[in-house]
Amino acid sequence: MQQQGWNERFNPRLAVRKRVGAIYLGVFLAAVLVGVIGLLVLVAQVLWEGVPWLSLHFLTDYPSRFPEQAGMKSAIFGSLWVIGLTALFTVPVGVASAIYLEEYAPKYWVTRLIEVNIANLAGVPSIVYGLLGLALFVQFLAMGRSVLAGALTMSLLVLPIVILASREAIRAVPQTYREAAYGLGATKFQVVRDVVLPTAVPGIMTGTILAMSRAIGEAAPMIAISALVFLTFIPYTPLDRFTVMPIQIFNWVGRPQAGFQGIAAAGIVVLLVILLSMNAVAIYIRNRTQKRSEE
Amino acid sequence: MDTSRQPPGAPADTAGARTAPTMRFNRNRRRAEVQGRIAHGLFLAAALVSVATTVGIVVTLVVESTSFFSAVSPWEFLTGTRWTPILQPRSYGVLPLVMGTLLVSGIALLVAVPTGLAIAIFLSEYAPERARRILKPVLEVLAGVPTVVYGYFALTFVTPILQWLLRTLFGYDLLVFNALSAGVVMGLMIVPMVSSLSEDAMVSVPRSLRQASYALGATRIETATKVMVPAAFSGIVASVILAFSRAIGETMLVTIAAGATPKMTFNPLESVQAMTAFIVQLSLGEAVHGSLEYQTIFAVGLLLFLMTLAMNVLGHFVVRRFREVY
Repeated sequence: MQQQGWNERFNPRLAVRKRVGAIYLGVFLAAVLVGVIGLLVLVAQVLWEGVPWLSLHFLTDYPSRFPEQAGMKSAIFGSLWVIGLTALFTVPVGVASAIYLEEYAPKYWVTRLIEVNIANLAGVPSIVYGLLGLALFVQFLAMGRSVLAGALTMSLLVLPIVILASREAIRAVPQTYREAAYGLGATKFQVVRDVVLPTAVPGIMTGTILAMSRAIGEAAPMIAISALVFLTFIPYTPLDRFTVMPIQIFNWVGRPQAGFQGIAAAGIVVLLVILLSMNAVAIYIRNRTQKRSEE
Repeated sequence: MDTSRQPPGAPADTAGARTAPTMRFNRNRRRAEVQGRIAHGLFLAAALVSVATTVGIVVTLVVESTSFFSAVSPWEFLTGTRWTPILQPRSYGVLPLVMGTLLVSGIALLVAVPTGLAIAIFLSEYAPERARRILKPVLEVLAGVPTVVYGYFALTFVTPILQWLLRTLFGYDLLVFNALSAGVVMGLMIVPMVSSLSEDAMVSVPRSLRQASYALGATRIETATKVMVPAAFSGIVASVILAFSRAIGETMLVTIAAGATPKMTFNPLESVQAMTAFIVQLSLGEAVHGSLEYQTIFAVGLLLFLMTLAMNVLGHFVVRRFREVY
């Protein structure tokens, strides 16, 4: 130490401190690996178990007591129904809410209440939405355990996500666009309809797709609404009974026979492929618009 | 800023020359204003849908629970230690379900908090831009995997590994359904929540603090643990609280992997039943509207809602109240 010129009272012990730092860095890297490896192992295990069970008839057949013959046709169609109707209900309401909060809402307590409320709704457990749907749509409004009741429930569940994403997209529209439109004499509504909305569409679409990919994986609220896990028909009207992919997977996971673990994994593969393609589309839209706005 | 009321140019009033184009302009203008007023109303109505949702949740839970509590005393419900609502003799003490939920969520936090915090520190203090650009989407995917998939993973992969480990190490036979496996996998599930919220908190700490720390001769790890983490502490605590709330409300994973035996235990190796798992169990049996079973679901749902609400409010309060202002 002396020859380095350190004062005796000032001993930085740099070597020790750097070694401590290196150890910590190792710990941090290990934590990152836990996350990454966890995901890889999960995907690998699902593929390993599920791919041998994948076939065309798995997509086009109804569930069966025999794993070799079981398919998820009813679940796939049920999910398509639920997602389609959910998008139909959520997008107009979510975008309109976002427009109100970003473009119209004066700063007073009602606005604050709506904002706090949306933040809290995002934290409500999904099964609680299921109970709301069960009491409100299935029983009180007498829709029965139908696709419509399921889709309405799912709409309320993903509404906060769509609102938050749409608000961000609307906020990202440059203020100069609005001012230019006002300068040409447009009314507020014309500015919103003809300038703000078209510019915000890609962001809104990205958020909506992500919200729908959340909805397609939700099982708990749909169990409260549908309760059905074994269905050998597909819904033809919004008032028909239904099942969805995650419920079907849940049912297969719970069966003790070995084969059903395999088709549960196959079902998960199908679900994950759909999820990944939805996310890919969302990312594609996001990247394309980013590029365009840079031009 | 009320631009909509200014008649732009206002040619109609000036000359009195009511030519055809001006009249058309005025008519269009009036129509646009009426449209605008209708649209304003519709937008407000849409924004109120979310308020109505909250009201709907509270009303339905309270109404059905009121019927439940006219049959079962709230005191018995909240302090009873036996939960057998569908078996004779019936008993409605909810504590075993609460305990099951807390046990699994507690294990999840033990996994997720250190891991998530370490990832957050790595991402905000160490990781080069390229590593961040790969890692963040990976973590997002982890957060986006449906919970039923995590349930499958816990039951068919993690549980057998734990069974093998415990048998070879301690000669202990682990049950197929146990709180430990569900908790560990749930920990993996909520890691992204802890890490992304904590990282946001650390990134928003002013750069000058970090620079000051380096200027004083601190190493990277010292800067991270003694400057950045304390400065972002409120955000980190909030991330843990919100992750806990998420864990309490998580349903499919605990239903699939933790079991269906309500039990007063802190032993992670036992099979338990979480509150959410109970709701699913009874929902699958299509509880008849108006029956006590049906109302039981809502009473448990109300308790669950209040617990997560308290957590969320606390989380937002911590962020607001204890935020260091720079």
